[in-house]
Parts: sequence; structure tokens; C-alpha cells
Amino acid sequence: MQLEYFRMVDRIIRLDLAAQTVVAECDIPDQSPVFEGHFPGHPILPGVLMIETIAQTGGWLIMAMHRFDRIPFLAQVKEAKMRAFLTPGEQVETEVRLLHDGSGYAVAAGTIRRAGRTVAEAEITYRVMPFPNPAMRGQMLDTARRVAVPEHFLADGPTPDA
Amino acid sequence: MSSSTFETVAGIISETCDIPREKITPDSHAINDLGIDSLDFLDVAFAIDKAFGIKMPLEQWTQEVNEGKVSSDRYFVLRDLCANIDSLTAAKATA
Repeated sequence: MQLEYFRMVDRIIRLDLAAQTVVAECDIPDQSPVFEGHFPGHPILPGVLMIETIAQTGGWLIMAMHRFDRIPFLAQVKEAKMRAFLTPGEQVETEVRLLHDGSGYAVAAGTIRRAGRTVAEAEITYRVMPFPNPAMRGQMLDTARRVAVPEHFLADGPTPDA
Repeated sequence: MSSSTFETVAGIISETCDIPREKITPDSHAINDLGIDSLDFLDVAFAIDKAFGIKMPLEQWTQEVNEGKVSSDRYFVLRDLCANIDSLTAAKATA
């Protein structure tokens, strides 16, 4: 994670279009300017960044479904629960399952787990639309490779099996 | 328009948007009369898609309205919305 750049996902470890699920690993950094304010003397990952982590993880699934021809934007958060603190240096796993692929929107439910125990969960609604410009799409493809989205899910890769 | 479709849609709108059921009629325009904004309409669309097992082509409808090809009444007056849902449901059944 690079919190100050809103880079929440470090590695996609499973992306299954047939099951409409994605799992990502996220390493909470030891240090970040975010922790200087949240909170002095008691650094914890802000709950809104837990939600952002769930949203971004699901975003990779939705972009893969659309072969990186479309991008999801956060539109709504429901049933968000932050059940425990997350602190610098911890590693978490985020799993998101698509609930519905609508026309111009999508709904997904996600969970963050630490050592198998649920830390946070939320249901996310996205607006799904074409990339606003080619540069953004190019940047997103670069980021997809950085977080290890399998190459065959990318727009210019071979056709996925699922 | 099937009356059961309308009852289902009206119930979804009432519950999702917190609008009294009695204010929702087949002639109601979802946006102009009921004041449902685009975000709330996503909730309505999600619930309708789930309830009927369809995928309403919202993007296509919105594009047609924005391009002036059709009046928004065609898709957002509930009588017409329900007729479109019936068509989508029938098409799914014969697919």
C-alpha cells in the first residue's frame, strides 16, 4: 500500500471471472504521512481506507470483466463495518465478490481479513463507464501489471478462458 | 404492462427511495414526479434486475434520452418502465 497515493492493492493473488471473485494482498506500510495524523501516538489505518481497499480490489475484478475497456467509480457504500484496528506493518487479504453486473453499474461485496479473521466488510456500488481518456487507461494497465493482474485479463492480452 | 410488475416495481421504489406507496402510480415519472436521482435509481435498478432476473439496458436508455432520440417518458414513466421490464422478462424466457 502507498496510502498517500491511494494505492491500496499490492498483489492480485486470485481473479476468477467465472466465480466473479477477486482476492488481493495488501501490505500496510510501516510508515506513512497518514499515520502521522491518524493518530499521533496510535497509528491505525483509517476506516475509509479500508473501504477504499475493498472498492479498489473489486475494481480490478470489474475492469478485468470489461477487458479494461471500462472503469468503475465508487458511487455508494453500504453495510460498512470496521471490526478491528489495522496497524502499520500488517498484511491483510481482501476478497470481493460481484453481486451484480448491471448496465452502467455494478454491485459487489467485500471483506478484509487478517490471518483469516474478518476485519472489515462493505457492499460497494460502482458506476461503470468508459475510461475518460486514453492516458488514464494506459496508466491503469500499467498499474494492473504492477499489482499482477494476470496478463490474459488485460485488454491487449489473449482471450481469457472464463 | 403487467399489474404484478407494477406492484413489484412500486414496492421497490417505495422501499428503496422512502416514497409513500400511495404516491406511486403508473403515470408517475420516476425522476420528474417522484424525484428519484441517478444514484437512488441505481438502487432501484439493482433491485429490479434482481427481482426479475434481467439486466435493464440503462446505458442505452440514458444515451437515447440524452441524444434526444426519445422522451425520457418512454423509459422513466412507470407504466412504460414496467412494459419494458415485461419485454425484457419475456425475451429472457424465450432465449
